[in-house]
Amino acid sequence: ISGYGKIDEAFYDELEEILITADLGFDITMELIESLREKVKEVKTDDPHQVKALLKELIINILSTGNRELQVEPPPAVVLVVGVNGVGKTTTIGKLTHYFKQQQKEVMLAAGDTFRAGAIDQLEVWGQRNQVPVIRHQEGSDPAAVIFDAIHAAKARNCEILICDTAGRLHNKKNLMNELGKIFRVVDREYPEAQKEVLLVLDATTGQNALQQAKVFGEVAQLTGIVLTKLDGTAKGGIVLAITKSMGTPVKMIGVGEQLEDLQPFDPSSFAEALLGDTDENTNVDDTKI
Amino acid sequence: MIFEGLSEKLQNTLSKLKSKGKLTEKDVKEAMREVKLALLEADVNFKVVKDFIKRVSDRAVGDEVMESLTPGQHVIKIVNEELTALMGSGQSKLTFSSKPPTIYMMVGLQGSGKTTTCGKLAKHLKKQQKNPLLVACDIYRPAAIQQLKTVGGQVDVPVFSMGDGTSPVHISKAAVEHANRQGLDTVIIDTAGRLHIDELLMEELQQIKAAVKPQEILLVVDSMTGQDAVNVAEQFHEQIGIDGVILTKLDGDTRGGAALSVRAVTQKPIKFAGMGEKIDEFEPFHPDRMASRILGM
Ligand SMILES: Nc1nc2c(ncn2[C@@H]2O[C@H](COP(=O)(O)OP(=O)(O)OP(=O)(O)O)[C@@H](O)[C@H]2O)c(=O)[nH]1
Ligand SMILES: Nc1nc2c(ncn2[C@@H]2O[C@H](COP(=O)(O)OP(=O)(O)OP(=O)(O)O)[C@@H](O)[C@H]2O)c(=O)[nH]1
Ligand SMILES: [K+]
Ligand SMILES: [Mg+2]
Ligand SMILES: [Mg+2]
Repeated sequence: ISGYGKIDEAFYDELEEILITADLGFDITMELIESLREKVKEVKTDDPHQVKALLKELIINILSTGNRELQVEPPPAVVLVVGVNGVGKTTTIGKLTHYFKQQQKEVMLAAGDTFRAGAIDQLEVWGQRNQVPVIRHQEGSDPAAVIFDAIHAAKARNCEILICDTAGRLHNKKNLMNELGKIFRVVDREYPEAQKEVLLVLDATTGQNALQQAKVFGEVAQLTGIVLTKLDGTAKGGIVLAITKSMGTPVKMIGVGEQLEDLQPFDPSSFAEALLGDTDENTNVDDTKI
Repeated sequence: MIFEGLSEKLQNTLSKLKSKGKLTEKDVKEAMREVKLALLEADVNFKVVKDFIKRVSDRAVGDEVMESLTPGQHVIKIVNEELTALMGSGQSKLTFSSKPPTIYMMVGLQGSGKTTTCGKLAKHLKKQQKNPLLVACDIYRPAAIQQLKTVGGQVDVPVFSMGDGTSPVHISKAAVEHANRQGLDTVIIDTAGRLHIDELLMEELQQIKAAVKPQEILLVVDSMTGQDAVNVAEQFHEQIGIDGVILTKLDGDTRGGAALSVRAVTQKPIKFAGMGEKIDEFEPFHPDRMASRILGM
């Protein structure tokens, strides 16, 4: 941030730019800047670092909403993983399995994407890497039937956590969303005793459309959390603020790569820090260039 | 006027104006706020929006409003013209090499739709009496080769693969030799998804490019991409050099401002649009339609 020691309009403009380019969206950016202006008046500060810390606090407040723990205790538990195409659902399942196995939990997978080319084989590879069973049918078969079978297999083998993959689907496709509704009903009916986690996977690279994704998936299912993937890139994933603020759905985990270990519990503080960036240092670098 | 929604907002903003005369800086500034909002809501990159607004404002301020138009319509006309200039007006066709095989290479971020698009492009080219070969150069993603084989089967196009133990550079070279021997005139290379900041994997693309000299390197971009689209496009273009863009998942309800961002930073045309998961849901790209979609019309 340039203009050290001076909290002027240009300073607020720069903050606005940081938030917009982090994909927060215009509305929430404006709200945050407004709240920040009030706070600055209240605290009576003219130190840019302190102002930034205040902004960080406002962001952390929003992101700390809800319960960020994965609800899988006491067993059995079922985790449904949903989202639009290519966001990282299947990969997240591979990583989640590793995460749970490290906690000595018995995990089983259900290959509920029977549509996309190679989807079942892809999940099978993650099953092998984690040495857990994968319940699968043939490509093209009814996904609800796969989930049905998987639930009964999980019961028979006393499995603690069943994680279900689903096909990527755009939220504006009515028939595909209905198909998802059917899967949820099967789970409710066949596994009433199980803890339920319904995780919406969002790609951090996604812009404002992610809000619509969350809303519509949330109408079909009771979402319990968000997994934000691909945070190892340069995208900041700021749209989750708008989602958490308007729907109360917490971000629970983040994806930071394509390997088994690349899944972490979500930490609002470090997320906010990454979002606001190391702008002080960047400015210094820019200054020397000029 | 194609931009109806924004058009209405602009008319309202400018309705207080006297209907004719020159546009003042203040009028234009108010109207530009609406345009800026529409573009940001559509995920057009912040800097691209800023430049755009400046260009439109510079043109509009002091302009005599045409007899036949209201001030709102006049501003819309300028926005429309500048947007068309930015998006490109005509359709951009695929080019072919004078000496076969013509080689196309798909590159892009993870999950953007490369493998699916390889199949779609193969089908598109088959309809033009070409004989394509699909090449499996993603040796990293679990079951990526199997996915391409299934896709190849769907469009009845052969798939060249050497498993996941051989380097993609070697696979691509061997594939071109194979195409030559088999008399196949088109080679479509599927590459693994990668981050633009992954130096090793970006270098791999440079090596494939040097080894087989593709006719076109096509950057596959998810139309839901947000502000980061400029970084991605800029980096792929700077490091690899792209010839065109394919925009996927336009069957969704995203406004697709990434199209504008990518176009603005690379100056490369968007050639095709992915309109669904199925192999025939693929269309030539229409910049004018995209412009109105981005403005939310
Ligand atoms: N860099 C990075 N890549 C990721 C991450 N998570 C997933 N990916 C990659 O994103 C691509 C898509 O991942 P998938 O797990 O197949 O996504 P999906 O949501 O199951 O896709 P569909 O089933 O086709 O809808 C793959 O190349 C993954 O390796 C992440 O956290 N970081
Ligand atoms: N709705 C829709 N889905 C698409 C479109 N193009 C691709 N997809 C889907 O997007 C997901 C990812 O597609 P892939 O072709 O596997 O993407 P990729 O870029 O090869 O992925 P990686 O190899 O993991 O980097 C799959 O679920 C595809 O079915 C499209 O135009 N519309
Ligand atoms: K994506
Ligand atoms: Mg999947
Ligand atoms: Mg692929």
